[in-house]
Amino acid sequence: MTQARKAVALISGGLDSLLAARLMLDQGIHVEGLNFYTGFCVEGHTHAIRERRRDKPRRNNALWVAEQLGIRLHLIEVVEEYKAIVINPKHGYGANLNPCLDCKGFMVGKARAWMEANDFDFIFTGEVLGQRPNSQRRDALPVVARESGAFDRLLRPLCAKLLAPTLPEREGWVDRDKLLALNGRNRKPQIALAESYGFHGYAQPAGGCCFLTDANYSNRLSDLWATRGSKHYEIDDIMLLKVGRHMRPAPNFKLIIGREEGENNYLGGYRGRFVHMAATSHHGPLVLIEGEPTDADVQLAARLTARFGQGRHADKVTIEVTDPRGGSRLLEVSPLPSNEIPPSWYL
Amino acid sequence: MNRYQLDARNLLCPMPVIRTQDRMAALQSGDILEVRCTDPGAMQDIPTWCRISGHEVLDSRIEDGDVVVTIRAGGPAGSK
Repeated sequence: MTQARKAVALISGGLDSLLAARLMLDQGIHVEGLNFYTGFCVEGHTHAIRERRRDKPRRNNALWVAEQLGIRLHLIEVVEEYKAIVINPKHGYGANLNPCLDCKGFMVGKARAWMEANDFDFIFTGEVLGQRPNSQRRDALPVVARESGAFDRLLRPLCAKLLAPTLPEREGWVDRDKLLALNGRNRKPQIALAESYGFHGYAQPAGGCCFLTDANYSNRLSDLWATRGSKHYEIDDIMLLKVGRHMRPAPNFKLIIGREEGENNYLGGYRGRFVHMAATSHHGPLVLIEGEPTDADVQLAARLTARFGQGRHADKVTIEVTDPRGGSRLLEVSPLPSNEIPPSWYL
Repeated sequence: MNRYQLDARNLLCPMPVIRTQDRMAALQSGDILEVRCTDPGAMQDIPTWCRISGHEVLDSRIEDGDVVVTIRAGGPAGSK
């Protein structure tokens, strides 16, 4: 009996990679998964931060997928390496700051290196031809195979029949006849296939699994780069862009306003690094001030802090302003009326 | 058998799992690792990772507001 061929799967935690892996397991392939943490992953931090939707299970979807499949999953942090992809993508951005084609090439390239280091035979993904406008176009798929160095050891089981046969197919490691010919953005075939396999409760995030596909998040990142005068970021920068209401009244400072208890708790972890403020006379948000505010700016920020708390209709609200070293002072302010907040302040 | 501790507090998902995975890779079968986290998702994610990786969760609990998971390393810990 010949030894089972070994394949490494890119597991995002979504439905497509779940199905692709199941197809490979059905063919007797030994499968192990890779999941990359870039810092922009949607599911990771959001479910840990937000108080709302507590009824939803707090789970990592890639781990959940791996358990459904009964495969090992290797989680790999790529935060530092990934910066080059986000900051200077060779193939440019998609509709927002999503460098999808570069990203896919990067991840498949990491998988190729892992495959070689661990003596695996090929790589596969859950890509579907034509499903994504940037990275899953017919002319983009060969780019990923070439630039990753995977070449014809990269298989897309969900749409393989629409593509030229790859090495695993030509060598008979996998039966091409049992692969699929999915095409386009229609999700019904995948949903039907999941049903046939008995998969329930899988994740289907509306905007995919990356914050960079989100227009609002990309706007905040653009603002960060514009106000700093250069395209760079640290992990805490991109984490904070996910949290709270962001307002920039002036180029020299912005406010990050907690919207709920979970966000206030999370922002509280940054009190040692930012001027921060909160109402003492009423319930309200914790607000971080990023930048170099003047005294007048701090006054305005205090009025905004009052505006987003339960004292918004009060004549006066007491705000405690604290510097990163812990020194604090109290300001008594009138909440800023909503009609005095220009929409352009909201990021 | 040796006992180790891992401080994964103030890390958010999936970093507590990644730190656990990387630490387990250096342990011998039978070694015990106690992981302490502040991300509530770790209560589910670390045991899930252990189940698919061949490690045994001896205990998981909330202690002083932290999630604490105690793991016994299975066979070849954390293959790469």
